[in-house]
Parts: sequence; structure tokens; C-alpha cells
Amino acid sequence: MDILAILIPVSLLLGIAGLLAFWWTLRRGQYDDPEGDSQRILRGDYDDHPKP
Amino acid sequence: MTDSSYGQGQGPAPMSACPACVAMPSALDRAQAAAAAASARIMLSVPDAHCALCITNIERDLEKMPGVKSARLNLTLRRVSVEGEPGVTAAAVAERLGKIGYPAYELDPGQLSMTETDRQGRDLLMRLGVAGFSMMNIMLLSVAVWSGATDATRDLFHLISALIAVPTVAFSAQPFFRKAWAGVKAGRLDMDFPISLAIVLATGMSLYETLNGGHHAYFDAAVMLTFFLLAGRYLDFRTRAVARSAAQELAALEVPRALRVTDGTEETVAVSALTLGDLVLVRPGGRIPVDGVIVAGTSELDRSLLTGETLPVFASPDLVVTAGAVNLTGPLTVRVTAAGKDSSLHRMADLVAVAENARNKYTTLAERAARLYSPSVHLLAFGAFLAWMWITGGDVRLALNIAAATLIITCPCALGLAVPAVVTAASGKLFRAGLLIKDGSALERLAEVDTVVFDKTGTLTLGTPEPVSLDTLSPHALEIGAALGAASSHPLAQSLAQAAKARGVIPALLDDIAEVPGHGVQALWQGTRVRLGRADWVGADSLETTGTYLAIGAERVHAIAFTDRLRDGAQEAVTAFKAQGKRVLLISGDVPGAVRAMAERLGIDDWQAEALPQDKSATIEALQAKGHKVLMIGDGLNDTVALTAAHVSISPATALDAARVASDIVLLGTSLAPLPHAQRTAVRAVRRIRENFAISFGYNLIAVPIALVGLASPLIAALAMSVSSITVALNALRLK
Repeated sequence: MDILAILIPVSLLLGIAGLLAFWWTLRRGQYDDPEGDSQRILRGDYDDHPKP
Repeated sequence: MTDSSYGQGQGPAPMSACPACVAMPSALDRAQAAAAAASARIMLSVPDAHCALCITNIERDLEKMPGVKSARLNLTLRRVSVEGEPGVTAAAVAERLGKIGYPAYELDPGQLSMTETDRQGRDLLMRLGVAGFSMMNIMLLSVAVWSGATDATRDLFHLISALIAVPTVAFSAQPFFRKAWAGVKAGRLDMDFPISLAIVLATGMSLYETLNGGHHAYFDAAVMLTFFLLAGRYLDFRTRAVARSAAQELAALEVPRALRVTDGTEETVAVSALTLGDLVLVRPGGRIPVDGVIVAGTSELDRSLLTGETLPVFASPDLVVTAGAVNLTGPLTVRVTAAGKDSSLHRMADLVAVAENARNKYTTLAERAARLYSPSVHLLAFGAFLAWMWITGGDVRLALNIAAATLIITCPCALGLAVPAVVTAASGKLFRAGLLIKDGSALERLAEVDTVVFDKTGTLTLGTPEPVSLDTLSPHALEIGAALGAASSHPLAQSLAQAAKARGVIPALLDDIAEVPGHGVQALWQGTRVRLGRADWVGADSLETTGTYLAIGAERVHAIAFTDRLRDGAQEAVTAFKAQGKRVLLISGDVPGAVRAMAERLGIDDWQAEALPQDKSATIEALQAKGHKVLMIGDGLNDTVALTAAHVSISPATALDAARVASDIVLLGTSLAPLPHAQRTAVRAVRRIRENFAISFGYNLIAVPIALVGLASPLIAALAMSVSSITVALNALRLK
């Protein structure tokens, strides 16, 4: 059961990491244009120079 | 009778591009002016953008435009924002987009203060995200407990769950708490109260159990409840935000300004700043902003949006004019006789307000369900508490546990998630078809419709006149007509010139072309006087229908009759509505001849001509008094009262502001064909909502007895809740 002492903090840390990543995407406005983004991935012209 | 887009598209655009408006920023504070000078940010609405190719086309083309730093198309809002150097104007960008096939309209950035809505949306999304991640972590720990963790391990897992759940609930469930508290203060019991009670009670009881080494903790259920309900809230918010932003967009299309003339100098002022006796200059193509009397100038006035008449009326000094009419040919100076509250526009708004009050507040399916739901859930939980107190002889802990379990199990997921999910799916589908739902209950009201009332001018027709019988003109008459028509800004003349151009007619060479405002245009052709204009001016007998007249010297006068162009899809819409078994009516303010012709052309049996705004609404109210549910489709100022009086109303995007505000749904495209389809979608959406209620009721029927007898373990609660939520969400998605 000692493994719990590692696994529980790890799972919590992963959860927090996911939450922080979500927070970051939210702050960057990545949910402002879901329809446009789903179409933009079909285009090749930004592959080398992604638009901000 | 101009095409309404003539008034809309061309009217405001030159207005905001006029030198006076460019000078406007100087009046604003200096900081803003400085910011504007550094780089110009322009917003344009591009309603036709819909695919990946559109993004490429629009962005590439705009970025090639000199002075443009970057352009980005938001496909969700169908809006392009352009960053450019100060020299880049919205009009130039719109023109460039028009050339590559995307009509674009400038938006007033001031009107589009989206920050508040943005902030709210992000706030909800953040709470949703926190609830989601906490839910996953707690579930991880809960699964361990369910699969057999005992004693110290179980207590530890419960404790960790509590450490995650309590802050999460405190943060994420705030929207529910706040609304529930507001409801309690106002003395009513809405959906948020049982939700808040369930969350608080579940968290509180679980915390108590955890600290006392109890077996059951409902942290996962409390957080899951928060998550699912927040998802519903967010969907609901999104639907309304999209509708609101598009409505703002429409409002931002038209900037109410007027040209005031004082001592010979013109200045652009807000319409609200005008006072009695002011002189206002109305340029050709502009809309008269006030009620007044013409003091100088002759022209023709298009009053189709006010009255539905298709024929322009002659305007000369001393004619009384009302706000909303479009000036066609010559500049007019108008003395203001009524401004602000007394103007006819404002009186119309008052009529609309009266009609709005008369319209019974519609109770949506969700509201009706909530009215039944809230008291019964509370009674059930409270009854369970009392019964278990009595059975166990005063075991508060057990009784409270069972009451909390009952509240969680009866969680209003169907109401909180299923309705927003269906409404989002349906309005998304309708938005792609070109219809914008301004009000959530409009979908339900649209589903109930059994009678459809159309307005004629600007709704069934585009308001664009088209010449008929051009074949009867001799070739040289056609050439002269084309040349004269091109020289005038009158819609009939313009239409004649375009029709001739489409036939490949080369305009004749004319000398001394002069427009006689209010009458027509004249010129010299090989030494002969030629005139195109009103019947009495060229010396012809007036036709019964709309027409313009061409006189070539002493030769006989040619009468050119015009017909109003039918809006795309008008025929399909009428036929489809009739096929659905709906009664279709045509009520117009136009003369009987034109209305009868239109009714016969479309196969509408019930029609009414020369209807005043009050007549239109009276007809609709009479129909509704007989129990019919009326859908009104109209665009003019004369339709606003009828639009408000009807059960549900639709107006095209080209309609006047007042008409769009009064209607529940705005048709973004030009075609009427999506309307019957939209009605079918609404019917289907309401069916899905009812099915979702049935699903959640059925699941309560099984789960509530289990909870009441005290057999609901946290595992059963979690399973039941997620299964029901997922079922109703999937059912909503079937709408596609």
C-alpha cells in the first residue's frame, strides 16, 4: 500500500496540471471561434508559420 | 420602393465614410484618438463566410491589401477583424471583400462591446473546467472506495476527496448559490434552490460522515451534479450570447445620425440631439431621420418600409414627411416638426410596447416543468427525512443522509442539461440555415404555429423593381433608356440601366444630361430632347402598375412597366407551408392590384390590401383570439406592431431596426426557403425536449424509491446521474 503515497500525489498533480493547461487555453482565447478552428486545421498554409 | 438593401447597404455606409464622421474622433478624448492613429481596428460582418476556403480567401486577400497588417476571420461569429494602418477604411475593406464575392457590412465597434459577455462566458467555462477536473480526481478515489477500500484507507480517500470537493463546490457552484439566494430574497422558489440545496446538503453530510469515519460520502455526486448543471448553464449562455452578439451586430449596422444645417453650414449630429425647428439635409439615398416639413428641394420618396406602398411619391416643399422614408433623387431640406418622443417612429415604438405588454408572457416547457418539480422534490426529501426520523426514532444522521440522497437522485439534470442541449443543437442547426433565434422560447413558440402571415413589400419581394416588356421597346429607345437610366440614382432608372446592360445594350451617347429632382432625368440625343421619368412630366398616361416613362422628342412616349422582384425561395416557402397544412395569409399596405397579383402568383387565397399597421395587428389578434398560433413575417415599420402581436415573428436582416427588434427570429440570408424547414426543426426540437423529460421522469420513477428506502449508495447515485445526463445529451444530439 506504500505505493499510494506516490500515486495519490501524482494523480492530484496531473489533475492540477490539466487544470492549469485548461486555464491557459482559456486565457489565450482558444474557445472563441470553435467553428473556425475546426476548419483551420484543414489548411496547410500555416503549418510552418502558425498564426498567433 | 427601393430594394431595402439599397437603403440599408448603401445608406449607412457612405454615411459613416463621410468626411464629417472621419473627423468625429477629434471630438472623442485624446487617448482614444491617439490609439486610433497608431493602428485602425475594423470589424466587419461577413454573413456568407462558412467554410475553410472562405477563411483562406478572405484572410489572404485582405492581407494583400496595402496598409493591412493582419486580418482574422471568426467563423463562429462570421466576423472579420482587420488590423491596419490609419488609412485603411472599413468601406474600402468591405468593397474589396464584395469584389471577391463576400458581401461585408461595417460594424460599429462601439456597439460591439463584447467584453462583458466574454468575461461571463470565460468565467462559466473556468468554473466548468474546475468542476470537471475535480470530478475526475474524486471519481478516481471513489472507485477505490467502491471496489472495497475499508477503514483507514477509506477514511483517507474520503478526506482527500473532501479536500478537493469543498473548495470546488465553493467555487464552481457559485452561480447556482447566487441565483438561489436572489430567488429566495425575491420570495420565489426556482430551479436553483433545489440544486443549491442538493449540493450543499450532499457536501455537508459527506463532510460530517468523513470526519466521523462514516461509510458513505457523496463528494463525487455533489461535484458531478455541479459539473453537469454547469455544462447546461454554459450551453444556455452560449446560445444566448451568439444571439445577442448577432443582434448587436444588426444594431451596429445602422448609425442614427442626421445632417443639421445651421446658417449654411452642415454638421453631423445624433438624431437625438435634434430639436424642433432645426433644418435637416437629407441626401439622395438617405433616410429621413425625423418627422417634418420639406422647406427646399424636390425629389421622390420611397415609403415602402413605412407603409408597404411600392410606388415612390413626389416630394416638394410643404409636403409633410415622416421619419423612415427614403429620399431617392434630389437633396431635401426638412424642418423638424417632431423629434424624439413625439416623432412617428417613437409613437410606433409606443404601440409596440403596448402590444408587447398585451402579449402574455410565454411559459416555456422548462419553466412549466420547474414549477411542478421544485415543490415536489422538496416535499419528497422533507417527507423522507420525517419518515426516517419516525422509523428510526430520531436518528438525525441517517434521516439527513437519506434526504440528501433523495435530493441528489432527483437532480434536475433533465431540466438543467437536456433543455439547453436541445436548444443549442436546434439553434445551431437553424443558424447554419441562416436563421438567428433571438429568444430561447421562440423555438417552442415556432413549433406551435398553425397560421402564417406574410407582408409583401420587402418580405415576399426584395423590393427591387424589374422592368417587364423591354422587348416592346425599339433598339434605339432601349439604348437611350439605358443611358438616361445610368445617369439617375432613382431605383427604377437604375434597374432599367442594369436590365439593359444585362441584355448587352450599349447606352446611347447623350449630351447635357441633367437630373430634375422629383421628376426624372433629361438629356439631348442627336439634338432631340429625351426624358425619362414620371408620367405627368414626360407627358404620358400613367400606368396602373409601377412604371417609368421614356419620351424621345415628339415621338410617342414609351411606358416601361416594372414588377417587384420576388425574393428567393418565396414560392417554395409558401408552397411548403401550405403542404404542411398551415393557413397562409398575405397582408400588405400596398394597393389592391399589386397585392392581388402577388397573391395569385404565389397561390395565396387569403389576402388583404391597404392595411394600416393597426389593421395588420388587429387581423392577427382576431386570428389568435380564435385560438390560432400566428407566425408573422414582415420587415417594415408598418409591420412592427403586427410582429409583436403575433405568437412568433420573423424579420429579414434587411428589415428596419424596429422590425428586427420586435421579432423573435432574424433571417440572415436573403432566401425565404429555410422558413418551413425551420418550423419543422422547431417541432422536432420540442419533441426531443419532451422525450428528455420522459426519460428523466422514467429514471426518477426507478431511482427515487431506491433512495427513499435508504438503499441508494454513492455508487448508485453516481451511476444513475451520469447515465441519465448522458442519455438526455445524446438524445438532444439526435436532432442532427
